[in-house]
Amino acid sequence: MKIIEIILESIGTLGLNKLRTGLAILGIIIGIGSVITLISLGAGSQKAVENQVQSLGANLLTVMPALQRSGNVRTSGSMTTLTLADALAIINNPEITTVSDVSPELSSRFQVVTKSSNSNVSAIGVYPQYASIRKVAMQSGVFISMSDVDAVQRVAVLGPQVATDLFGEGFNPIGETVRINKLGFRIIGVTQSKGGNGFNNQDNTIYIPLSTLQKQLSGADHLSSIAIEAKSAQVMVQAQDQVGFFLLKRHKLVDPAQADFMIMSQNDILNTASQVTGTFTTLLSGIAAISLIVGGIGIMNIMLVTVTERTREIGLRKALGAKKRTIITQFLVEAIILTLAGGLLGMGLGICLSLLLSRLLSIPSAISLTSVVLSIGVSGVIGIVFGWYPAKRAANLQPIEALRYE
Amino acid sequence: MIKVVDLKKIYCNDGVETVALDGVSFTIKKGEFTSIMGPSGSGKSTLMHILGGLDTPTSGQYFLDGEEMSRLDDDHLSEIRNKKIGFVFQSYNLLPRTSALKNVLLPMLYAGVDPQTRNHKAQILLDQVGLSDRANHLSNQLSGGQQQRVAIARALAMDPKIILADEPTGNIATNQAEEIMKIFTRLHRDGHTIVMITHEPDIAAFSSRIITIRDGKIESDRTSI
Repeated sequence: MKIIEIILESIGTLGLNKLRTGLAILGIIIGIGSVITLISLGAGSQKAVENQVQSLGANLLTVMPALQRSGNVRTSGSMTTLTLADALAIINNPEITTVSDVSPELSSRFQVVTKSSNSNVSAIGVYPQYASIRKVAMQSGVFISMSDVDAVQRVAVLGPQVATDLFGEGFNPIGETVRINKLGFRIIGVTQSKGGNGFNNQDNTIYIPLSTLQKQLSGADHLSSIAIEAKSAQVMVQAQDQVGFFLLKRHKLVDPAQADFMIMSQNDILNTASQVTGTFTTLLSGIAAISLIVGGIGIMNIMLVTVTERTREIGLRKALGAKKRTIITQFLVEAIILTLAGGLLGMGLGICLSLLLSRLLSIPSAISLTSVVLSIGVSGVIGIVFGWYPAKRAANLQPIEALRYE
Repeated sequence: MIKVVDLKKIYCNDGVETVALDGVSFTIKKGEFTSIMGPSGSGKSTLMHILGGLDTPTSGQYFLDGEEMSRLDDDHLSEIRNKKIGFVFQSYNLLPRTSALKNVLLPMLYAGVDPQTRNHKAQILLDQVGLSDRANHLSNQLSGGQQQRVAIARALAMDPKIILADEPTGNIATNQAEEIMKIFTRLHRDGHTIVMITHEPDIAAFSSRIITIRDGKIESDRTSI
């Protein structure tokens, strides 16, 4: 019997018993669909956690000035060892490959005055990069731009807390003027609240161009910190090394113990992040394994039952002259068609369900190719093996035993 | 055509040995219409299954058309069943939810007959059993007698050397049974070799030879004129 005729016979037989075929396909659809849905939900939650960690700045390094030590003698003095030139050199050096952006910063406290109130707040002189590196988003207006920095503009962006303190709840202060050290600053934006952030509360901060702060308010040309964004959380250690060695060389220091700066990574955040994602990976593998087992057992059962039920038919086909190989091939083709149809539909169902659920639960959807391949692969193999095995067993029986099978 | 020498079949169930056939020997010539009779449990069905190559004997020899069946492997037996034996079962054993025509051409499908030839042949065979107008009816839409006639048409599909019928009228109403027996008589007249199992004497009366089996042994073997 030619293979094409066996395939036609399989299709014909599947078409004969629509209920049985439908149930088998349904079993496979549910098996595969649930695996894809569960895995992508798990991966989605993992991504949500990662995003939250990301918003804290997991790939953020901060360079701060430090006391220079020479021998055992502590050299005292104001910590003015970091300059704007340092920051620009870091970003412009082609040997530093792991850094994507830098933000030079100088902060100090000022009395900020309006017509009706005044408040002592922390002012930070910034470059536009500050917003992206420190994850500052705007509630209204715009952030400090490069042209503001270049032109030493007297403009300011307020944290939401400052805006409320100075102008009262719900007032839009854009276009108003505040006085810092008797100089008028036009307000061009208000940032979004980030929530309390300890002593470094970004909500209670006023941002002005770095050049304006250095030249018109403090008269200093040093920086209080340089925030550095590494290209990814994975290259944090390299970024720290590259920047460290570069600054040592630039400051003409040989011994790292004599460094006049220190680099802090967000190690704590990273540790937490990797712990959380580690837990999630374990959880995810567990979910995937369980749903694969559940789906696989479902598929196994439906295939075992539907094929075992047809033992008599196999006996009859053998009595009429079908060879073992012909019967096994026919059932194999049937199992492949069933798992293929069920697999494709199950994939569709899984993708739709996970998109729907991710929207309902407002977590990012993360349908991974791995989960699709894994579920279809495992379910396909199970479907085909358990479609093939009982058929093989029945085909190996004496035809009369198969015919008598109840 | 059929030669059986000292055929034995012993079943083993949970260590208990049951002797179904205890040294049966006979020959059946081409063109004979033989009935095998006996009470239930006499071993006549076992004999029939061995003759049909559906089961293998524990010992003894069985020659069909000069070929020793007891020595063939599974695939060869399938081929012999396909080409030399036509089965008619008590419970018809048609494929469910399948058209009469499809059921008749199934053996030809396994033999690799091309689609046009097998469709044509199946039509002719259904015509011969008086069911040409039911070719596209599904097997479960037919009466018992009609289903058995489809089964007879199927048995004839490959022009077999022998037709084996296992209580062909056992599940069928009397008036339809007569119809079935008429077909068998006609097949006998046309020169077919038929072996039929039955426990009804009036059905056995249609045949030319009656072998009676009791407790796995031949009790009598009579040939009518």
